[in-house]
Amino acid sequence: MTYRVTTRTRASTLAGLAALALVGIGLILPAFASRSLIQDLFFILTMLTLAQLWNLIAGYGGMVSVGQQAFVGIGAYAMFAGVILWGWDPVPAILLGGVAAVLLAIPMAFFAFRLQGAYFAIGTWVIAEVTRLLVAQWKTLGGGTGTSLPREATADIIGVATIAETFGLRDAAARDVLAYWLALALAVGTMGAIYALLRSRTGLALAAVRDNDNAARSVGVDARRVKWVVFLAAAGMTGLVGALIYMQTARISPDAAFSVTNWTAYVIFIAVIGGIGRLEGPILGVLVFWGLQTAFADYGSWYLLALGLLAIVTMLFAPRGLWGLLADRWNLQLFPIQRRLTFEGAKDG
Amino acid sequence: MIWLDTLVQGILLGGLYALFAAGLSLVFGIMRLVNLAHGDLIVFAAFLILVTVNLLGLNPFLSALLAAPLMFATGWALQRLVLNRVLGKDILPPLLITFGLSVALQNGMLEVFSADSQRIRAGALESASVDLGPVTVGTLPLLTFGSAVLAIFLLNRLFYSTALGRAFRATSDDPVTASLMGINPRGVFAIATGLAMVIVTLAALYLGMRANFDPSIGPARLIYAFEAVIIGGLGSLWGTLAGGAIIGIAQTVGAQINPEWQILAGHIAFLVVLLIRPRGLFPRAVD
Repeated sequence: MTYRVTTRTRASTLAGLAALALVGIGLILPAFASRSLIQDLFFILTMLTLAQLWNLIAGYGGMVSVGQQAFVGIGAYAMFAGVILWGWDPVPAILLGGVAAVLLAIPMAFFAFRLQGAYFAIGTWVIAEVTRLLVAQWKTLGGGTGTSLPREATADIIGVATIAETFGLRDAAARDVLAYWLALALAVGTMGAIYALLRSRTGLALAAVRDNDNAARSVGVDARRVKWVVFLAAAGMTGLVGALIYMQTARISPDAAFSVTNWTAYVIFIAVIGGIGRLEGPILGVLVFWGLQTAFADYGSWYLLALGLLAIVTMLFAPRGLWGLLADRWNLQLFPIQRRLTFEGAKDG
Repeated sequence: MIWLDTLVQGILLGGLYALFAAGLSLVFGIMRLVNLAHGDLIVFAAFLILVTVNLLGLNPFLSALLAAPLMFATGWALQRLVLNRVLGKDILPPLLITFGLSVALQNGMLEVFSADSQRIRAGALESASVDLGPVTVGTLPLLTFGSAVLAIFLLNRLFYSTALGRAFRATSDDPVTASLMGINPRGVFAIATGLAMVIVTLAALYLGMRANFDPSIGPARLIYAFEAVIIGGLGSLWGTLAGGAIIGIAQTVGAQINPEWQILAGHIAFLVVLLIRPRGLFPRAVD
């Protein structure tokens, strides 16, 4: 009797192919899509990436952070600093955002890892607030009122001229296309990296630490190291997303860039409604979120009130989210990470 | 002299923060639950008092007396109908539910009461002051601090010398064993959250009389409350009062140096304590 360990299912093979096809379509989409569709997709892709990253640290790692806005904000501000203070091109300056977020995540993890569970959540929030208040003191970048990217910098971003020529677009629309492609690359890269991580030894260690810290340690998992690696990696990626979002808007202020509602509450709702602890969850969640926002954004605070209540109802009656409901109903796993034993050949062989 | 004055003002401000924190500390001590909507519930209670003052023309203190049972019922129902369902080993569900509640409450209040700043009018009390020799302090801050001390004293009495307090402590130590002794942990949890909301009403009364408030200020109050609890050490109510005073002093000293540093100084004091004493100054409960 031979057997092997596999994570693949037929649905996952199909899903992989469909995902490849979708990415292909996504790449060539700017050739015929309208500017507003590109902007919507940019929003969807960036929120999706943020939700996947939060899902990674909270859903898989058990570290419920309410301070992700710190990394979005610091990433965006580092990008602005690169452009305004040192004359960098905005696209390479996005990398500065990732570096700055990792540098912030080191002291943040140092403090927050001293706190357990629920207190970890508020601890990360406090540190995000401290970062916001400190950045608001940075007068050369506009202090509390914020600033804009200078016109000279946004006028000749690498690649924009080429895109404008190829698709026959105006500069502003071409900038949106560039931002969209970068968002697509970040989203695909993030999800690919998370999927690879979860299927690796480190991913197994991460799940073990989340499920039972002591038991994981007893079988030789270095819990601290795993948590540090995942927290820093997620922070760096979140910083890149933050920098990209503010490259697209080209206008920043501490209150917007460090907004707990935009960069953490929405992100948590997307992951919760879609399904925590699954790669498919935030994908479904972001589509629901975008649909609700498109339909009800005119209702302002009523819409947010409903979103909060929806998250509560989901946690109460479908704690594994909409995707959890679907997956249980049809035993569906598009991006499986469970290892299964499959037997080949006769039983007595 | 200005520094002595700053110090006294800071300690009195700390009384308000201790009132914010006492309910949070109580609930955490008994069921290891952190209510992320705590700050928004304080603001909600403040609006409740404001509405009673405006509609019935009552004195704020009497209005708070009316609001307290309503808030108790709110807390009791919240615990009974929602939070009890998700309490367990996994901390994620209660945390996310209270986070959802926080966002829902903030936006609900925004729709009903608008984003305008409000204040609970307290007449002559607002500007009254007491001369204490070297320093002069406002009557209202002094009253706030006195109420915080009294509330914490009564909570401690409740905890250590009543049957309900015994049930609280037993459930906190081990809900399963407590239920073998005829205690219903779910009922105990509901009473505890209700009680926390009564303290929230008291905090809301002084918050509303002391300064302007609007629907968006809840999360910041939650953070101050949380910092006071952590500085004081989990499970110690007097520690929470000390924690509140430390945040208060840090804020007034920070504001004295540069008005923009007030909030920042409070947060930094918290981080420094966390760095030196990760379990707080007077830790009592394990975990």
